[in-house]
Amino acid sequence: MNRTGIYWVAFKTILTKEILRFVRIWVQTVLPPAITMALYFVIFGKLIGSQIGDMEGYRYIDFIVPGLILMSVISNSYANVVSSFYSSKFQHNIEELLIAPLPNFIILAGYVAGGVARGVVVGITVTLVSLLFSDLEVHSYAVTFAVFVLTSVLFATAGFINAVYANSFDDISIVPTFVLTPLTYLGGVFYSISMLPPFWQTVSLVNPVLYMVNAFRYGLLGFSDIALWQAFLIIIGFIVALGAFAMWLLSRGVGIKT
Amino acid sequence: MKALSLHNLRKVYRNGHEALCGIDLDVDEGDFFALLGPNGAGKSTAIGIVSSLVNKTGGRVEVFGHDLDRDPAAVKACIGLVPQEFNFNQFEPVVEIVVNQAGYYGIPRHEGYARAEASLRQLDLWDKRHVQARELSGGMKRRLMIARALVHRPRLLILDEPTAGVDIEIRRSMWEFLRQTNAEGTTIILTTHYLEEAESLCRNIAIINKGRIAERARMNELLRRLHSETYVLDVRDEIDSLDAIEGFAIRLLDSTTLEACITRDVGVARLLAALTERGIEVLSLRNKQNRLEQLFIDMVRNGAVAREDVS
Repeated sequence: MNRTGIYWVAFKTILTKEILRFVRIWVQTVLPPAITMALYFVIFGKLIGSQIGDMEGYRYIDFIVPGLILMSVISNSYANVVSSFYSSKFQHNIEELLIAPLPNFIILAGYVAGGVARGVVVGITVTLVSLLFSDLEVHSYAVTFAVFVLTSVLFATAGFINAVYANSFDDISIVPTFVLTPLTYLGGVFYSISMLPPFWQTVSLVNPVLYMVNAFRYGLLGFSDIALWQAFLIIIGFIVALGAFAMWLLSRGVGIKT
Repeated sequence: MKALSLHNLRKVYRNGHEALCGIDLDVDEGDFFALLGPNGAGKSTAIGIVSSLVNKTGGRVEVFGHDLDRDPAAVKACIGLVPQEFNFNQFEPVVEIVVNQAGYYGIPRHEGYARAEASLRQLDLWDKRHVQARELSGGMKRRLMIARALVHRPRLLILDEPTAGVDIEIRRSMWEFLRQTNAEGTTIILTTHYLEEAESLCRNIAIINKGRIAERARMNELLRRLHSETYVLDVRDEIDSLDAIEGFAIRLLDSTTLEACITRDVGVARLLAALTERGIEVLSLRNKQNRLEQLFIDMVRNGAVAREDVS
C-alpha cells in the first residue's frame, strides 16, 4: 500500500475511534445538548419570546433557533476534541499515534473530523428538537451546510489547541467557561446587534462568533447583521490560522513530547 | 545489517539534566539484546528517542538503515514498542485497542481484526476481547501491550520492562513467546530489572549508567568476567560443624545447607571432590545470586565506567 493509502486508513481509524467514543457515551455527549436546547426553546422561545414579539420581522423563537443550533455545534465540536485529546494525553495513549508512521496533519485531521462528527450529530439532534417549537425553513442549503461544517472545523481545531496546552482537567474547562460561553452569548444568538448602541455594535464586531451565528441565520432565515462574504472570510481566516498553529504545536511536540 | 544504530545520541532535558551524554550503540538484525542500567540511567530516554516519543538534543538514529531525521515514517514502520507504563485507553475494548493500532499503520480494519485475533489468541487474551482494558489484570495488560506492538509485524520490537509486576508463571510464558518471536526473525531489544530475564533471553547486552554506555558485550563474555560465584549446596546428612577447606570460603547455613564462594580458577568440581573426601554427600547445588545481577551490582557499585575505559 502506498503512503496515501496508509494515511487514508489511519485517518478513518482515528475518525471511527472518535465517533465510537462519543456514541458509546451518548448520554453524556448527545442527550444533554438536546435537553438544554429544548429548555432554551421553551423558556426563551415560548414563554419569554411570546412577550418579546417579532425581531427583525421574524417571530422571536424563529430568530433564535439558528443561533441556538450553532451554539450546540460550537460547544460540542470543541468539547469533543478537547476532552478526547486531553484524555489521550492523560492516559498516554496518544503515544499510540506518535509512534505510528503518520504525519501530523493526519492526527490533527482525524481529531478535528471527530469533533465535526459530534458537531453534526448534535446539530441534527438539536435541529430536530427545534422543529417541535418552530417552523424551521431553510433559505440556503449551501450557506447553512457550509457554515455548519466550517464552524465545527474551527472550534474542533481550537479544542485541539486547548488540549495540547492542558495539564489538568481544569485546563480543559477554563476556555469553554470563560471564553467560549461569553463569546457565544454575546455573539448575537439572542438578539440582533442593530438593537445595541453604536459603540457596542462596533465592539461586537470583534467577536468572531457573531459572524458565524449571522451567516448561519442567513442560511436558515435569509437575514444577517453581517455581510456574508465577511463572515466566510473571518471563519476561513480563523481555520487557517488555528490549523497552522496546531500543526506548529504538533511539529514541536508541545505538550506531548519531552 | 544493523537493526539499530545510535551515533553520539544526546538528550538534555529542559531542566538541564543530561540524560544521554552521546552514546553509540549498534544492535544486529535478529539479535535479542538487553539494555540494562539502574533507574535514571537513560534507558527509557534512549528508547523514547528511537520510538519518536522524546525529542533528541543531538546525534543520529538509524533503524534498518533508515535515518530518523530524514525518514521518520520508515523508521516508525519498523518498530513495535511495549512501553513501561500502560498506555492504552483504559475504557476501550481489548480488541479495539489492537485493531486501532493496526489502523494507524495503514492496515485496513478487516485485516487488522484478523491479525488482532491471531496475536490475542497467542497471548491468551482472545476470550477477553470485548472486555474494557481497565478490567484486565496486570499480567493481561502487559500481554495486551505486546499484542498491540506486534500487530503491524515490526522488524524491531522494543520492550521496556515488559514483565514488571507479572507473576512467575506468566513471566515464563511471556519469555517463551518472546523467544519464539525472536526465532521467527524479529529483532528484540529488552530493558528489564529482572536480570535473570536478560540472562535467560538475551545474547548481547549493553549496560547504561549515568547517560553513558558502561559496557557492551556478548552475554556469555560478560558472564565469564565474574571472578567468583556463590553457591548454595544441600547435603544429605546433617552436619554439626565444618572445618575450613583450603581454597574455599565455605560456611554452614544450617545443618544440611552450605554456602561456598568459588573463584573461577578453582571451579565447582574441586569443591565437590573436597566435600566427598570428608564424607559429605551433596544432593543439589544452585547459584545463590543471579550471575548477571552479581556482575551488574559490582559494576554499578564501582561507579559509572565510561565506554572508553572498558573497551
